[in-house]
Amino acid sequence: MTQGGNDTQTDPPRIAVDEGRVVLSGDLLIDGVAALSCDVDTAQGVDIKQVGRMDTAGAWFVLDLAGRIGGQGGTVPITGASDVQQLLLDTVSANMPGGDVPQAKRQSIADVIEGVGQSVHGSWRLVIEVTGFLGQVMAALATLVIHPRRLRLTSLVHHMQEVGLKAVPIVTLMAFLIGVVLAFQGSVQLRQFGAEVFVVDLIAIAVLRELGILLTAIIIAGRSGSAFTAAIGSMKMREEVDAMRTLGLDPVQILVVPRVLALIITLPILGLIADVSGLVGGAMMSWIELGVSPSVFQSRLVANINLWQFSVGIIKAPFFALIIGVIGCYEGLKVGGNAESLGRLTSTSVVVSIFLVIVADAMFSIFFALVGV
Amino acid sequence: MRNSQNSAADDSDPIIRVRGLVKKFGDHVVHDGVDLDVRRGEIIGIVGGSGTGKSVLLHQIVGLLKPNAGQIEVFGKSVRDTSEEEYRAIRRRWGVMFQDGALFSSLTVRQNVEVPMREQLDMPDDLRETLAGIKVRMVGLPDNAQGKYPSDLSGGMRKRAGFARAISLDPEIVFLDEPTAGLDPIGAAAFDTLIGRLQAALGLTVFMVTHDLDSLHAICDRIAVLAEKKVLAVGTMAEMLEIDHPWVREYFHGPRARAALKTTDNDEVR
Repeated sequence: MTQGGNDTQTDPPRIAVDEGRVVLSGDLLIDGVAALSCDVDTAQGVDIKQVGRMDTAGAWFVLDLAGRIGGQGGTVPITGASDVQQLLLDTVSANMPGGDVPQAKRQSIADVIEGVGQSVHGSWRLVIEVTGFLGQVMAALATLVIHPRRLRLTSLVHHMQEVGLKAVPIVTLMAFLIGVVLAFQGSVQLRQFGAEVFVVDLIAIAVLRELGILLTAIIIAGRSGSAFTAAIGSMKMREEVDAMRTLGLDPVQILVVPRVLALIITLPILGLIADVSGLVGGAMMSWIELGVSPSVFQSRLVANINLWQFSVGIIKAPFFALIIGVIGCYEGLKVGGNAESLGRLTSTSVVVSIFLVIVADAMFSIFFALVGV
Repeated sequence: MRNSQNSAADDSDPIIRVRGLVKKFGDHVVHDGVDLDVRRGEIIGIVGGSGTGKSVLLHQIVGLLKPNAGQIEVFGKSVRDTSEEEYRAIRRRWGVMFQDGALFSSLTVRQNVEVPMREQLDMPDDLRETLAGIKVRMVGLPDNAQGKYPSDLSGGMRKRAGFARAISLDPEIVFLDEPTAGLDPIGAAAFDTLIGRLQAALGLTVFMVTHDLDSLHAICDRIAVLAEKKVLAVGTMAEMLEIDHPWVREYFHGPRARAALKTTDNDEVR
């Protein structure tokens, strides 16, 4: 095709009819072929003697033309091809599409309904599979009780640093701001009743029971749950997980347990930090906004808030940790061969774990209300 | 050995011209004064031990890596200091096949082959699909592979699909990074034949990084040896056998090389 020097100038293709034969001239290249139209219905042959350069698309055009203008009689002869052009024509004609290439189907109503059904079925299967996976993780954790030496201590410490220590700044800042917001909004409302001092109870109960741990869990789900999925998923993509299995190593024991355990250990600590930071933020704002001095805040806090308010929050932490860790690792192990599934499952992991954390939180609320703490 | 009908015997108008190329990664010098001419229409094989920078050279020529010093000209234009516009035009005239195909994993095989056409040209959908279909068949993939995703293909099929994408726009140069690595001998031989056949039909210039002695014997017009941070020698297989350098001798006279040489000689007799 393009042996003729390194000029990029092209000679536009032309089409003409001469004595019942279609005569092509110019360069038959991929960018010119699309615009070229032929209104000839029948002819006895195609002549390409005057064609300059020709590429695959040009060859396809010539062959397609020869097939079309032959009418009932089949393909008309192609004449005037140089050796190289003939080679190209032969190569392309041997590889002309067979015509039964699968086309993308258009969506019908039935497909939409089928899609709904499949996603419902899919979510049910997700529940079953996650439960199964949870069982595996629990079994692996139980083995550790019997064989504590199987615990990968280095890995555990590494993950505790990643999900725990490195999350401290963001968790502290977030909880501090939540305390500030609660104090500010609470004071505006409570001032109408002259009950400003109850802002201490409001902040303490909201932060200690619910917000501190819930928001920490949501941040950790976004921060560490997604990291678990991405890390395990890319290992799965590069067949590292399969390699572990063939070496007799259990991926659940090596990849999942240290991560889940690290979360279970660090999330209550992060929750505690969030609680403290939230109270500090609230106390500061109460002081500025309402003139409730830190010592008044402290004495009211100690007098009115019992240990249970704090415990109710912290008890939930290990459960949230288990949810985030198990979902993150489960989605990671589900990653298939392509990069897209990694991205999709990472986002699924975050969405599902946040959703389940909130569901669990609601169930805890009902439970604690029933037992009366 | 196959004679290329196109390869000019002289170096007066090289399609790729590399002069005084220097590439360092930190303190590690990979290339120190690499000179190389690739002639129009030839198949050149680049050989060299592991870590001698064969792929690095390829990446620099196609502009993925920036050399520390030196000149690279492709189609008579410098790749390093061209405008974005010119670089785009140059890129249209070459195709690159990466080691494992580097197919876009979220697209089917045919969509992968369509990508260059879609990005570079404005053409009707059905024409693009037809042409992509031809390219997929040309590289010897079955029709049912067109709708498959790269993760559903074997390594050899991925390489073929990567090759189909590289020749999607009928480029003048194709860069192949280890096209036959990891293929079984039959698959590798078929791939060699494929490259040779398409090179003849499309008039390609092929720049091939390879370790496969059979490929070198069967389809390469010339061989360039990378060693000691530069191109140690360039020439035909016969010339390579004459060179007296320990590494080159070891490479072309080792037991595997002799076996490869024997088979191709037998082929020629037949």
